[in-house]
Amino acid sequence: MYLCLIALAFFSGFPLYWSLVVASHDNSVLGQTPPPFGLGSNFFINIGRAFDTVPFAKALLNSFIVSTSITVSVVLFSTLAGFAFAKLKFRGRNALLLMIVATMMVPTQLGIIPLYMLMAKTAMIGTLYAVIVPSMVSAFGVFFMAQFLQEAVPNELLEAARADGCNTIRMFWHVVLPAARPAAAVLGMLTFMTAWNDFFWPLVVLTPEEPTVQVALSTLASGYVQDFSLSLTGTIIATVPLLVLFGLLGKHIIGGIMQGAVKG
Amino acid sequence: MKNFLYRMDLKGSPYLYIAPFFLVFAAFGLFPLVYTGWVSLHDWELISDDHTWVGFANYTKLFGDTYFWNALWNTLSIWVMSTIPQLLMALVLAHVLNQRLRAPTFWRMTALLPNITSVAAVALIFAQIFGRDYGLVNYLLGVFGLGHIDWQSGTASSQIAISAMIIWRWTGNNALIYLAAMQAVPRDLYAAASLDGASSFQQLTKITIPAIRPTILFTVIISTIGGMQVLAEPLLFGGASPTGGSDRQFQTLSLYLYEVGFSRFDFGYASTAAWAMFGIIVIAALINYLITSRLRRS
Repeated sequence: MYLCLIALAFFSGFPLYWSLVVASHDNSVLGQTPPPFGLGSNFFINIGRAFDTVPFAKALLNSFIVSTSITVSVVLFSTLAGFAFAKLKFRGRNALLLMIVATMMVPTQLGIIPLYMLMAKTAMIGTLYAVIVPSMVSAFGVFFMAQFLQEAVPNELLEAARADGCNTIRMFWHVVLPAARPAAAVLGMLTFMTAWNDFFWPLVVLTPEEPTVQVALSTLASGYVQDFSLSLTGTIIATVPLLVLFGLLGKHIIGGIMQGAVKG
Repeated sequence: MKNFLYRMDLKGSPYLYIAPFFLVFAAFGLFPLVYTGWVSLHDWELISDDHTWVGFANYTKLFGDTYFWNALWNTLSIWVMSTIPQLLMALVLAHVLNQRLRAPTFWRMTALLPNITSVAAVALIFAQIFGRDYGLVNYLLGVFGLGHIDWQSGTASSQIAISAMIIWRWTGNNALIYLAAMQAVPRDLYAAASLDGASSFQQLTKITIPAIRPTILFTVIISTIGGMQVLAEPLLFGGASPTGGSDRQFQTLSLYLYEVGFSRFDFGYASTAAWAMFGIIVIAALINYLITSRLRRS
């Protein structure tokens, strides 16, 4: 059994280790037989080269801005809408919630061309707004928060707040928001990771001069002769922030994925 | 007055709370979706402001387009090669993770590690591993005297490399989804089976798999939707070129859409490809559903 698990650890960890090996050598060393299996000493030189080849500092900053804005917005709007769906009664509630769930099935690429034209018309193309604005809400987020709040906030508590003269927005602020914290944290982490790793849409709307880290990576990879040391150094720069986040909070992220799985 | 405000708050405010979602979704989700259909009925290029109505001409053209069919077959074969091993491995992995273990969280985190890595990073790592001259796999093949494969130039070999990326990235994620479902299966079923002398593998096939069938269906559909949209892996495996190799040997549907839309800027035709893709996803999901529900009944 543990043999299986060690195989798993090798299977998941090895490609990451290998990218570190390649990234820490000079590209020409990679032609050797056998290839080097240990770490080399060129890692920091390669980092320097990566920063010289593409605007990586700007890309990292852009990715932070994009991911943070999307996360804050998704968590806020999902909690707000989730509260309405879970705890308030209004006409068309079930139909609207069903519609949100149905939209999760539609592939993102379907609308990409009009979305691109829309961004061009509103002059958002090439700016970070083009990446942030369409992702400000998430169907999964609304559904996830609605599911969670259904059970996490007892109706009696809301009735008591109402009897004390709270209107719904104060109820949201003082009762729902504190109760939503664990689920909001999980949703926030998942959203941040998705936004950080998003590739296709940023590639379409951003320029190589104003990229996110994933777009910068694709710039490093293009060209007729691939410099693997350089591009894998780039992948490490792009991945390390998320690995750190995952190392700190992985337990909760796994809990969130498993929770979403049972309910979804 | 106070009563009126109270009633307004009760009846009206929910709409205010869900409005942000629906406003953003209408503008950036629904509108593009419908508009894609409209654009697909036109001769619509980025550089020209004339958009001539052509009716279903783009669709007829698509049906006779060998590049489109090529992309469709590539997508389907990559999907088969990646989904089946991925889900089987995920089942076994989840079964192992479902045993009593030391440090369960550590192993679960290990399983999820590849999924944290971005698809762009994965594609670059595997492009090196499957490289022609200095790639790791070719080195190992050489050690065992099995020759040397130019992974990128062959149809089967390039698609195997791409499937390997998908398998690596998603197996752990699916294993966690299965694990969540497995934990709802009553423990005493396993205890009873153990007493009857059932092996661990028999317990997996006789108890666990039947019990988590709905979850398996869920992952099959999700992998199908994902598999039909594969883009970053073939794009970066080919050095960021949208053709998917010199002979289009690993160009997927998404990549073809990307080529038509954003390197030829033929938006009308690309929209047609997008709608065709959507139709294929719906059909694939339906077939999945029918097969699995028949399996469930038998």
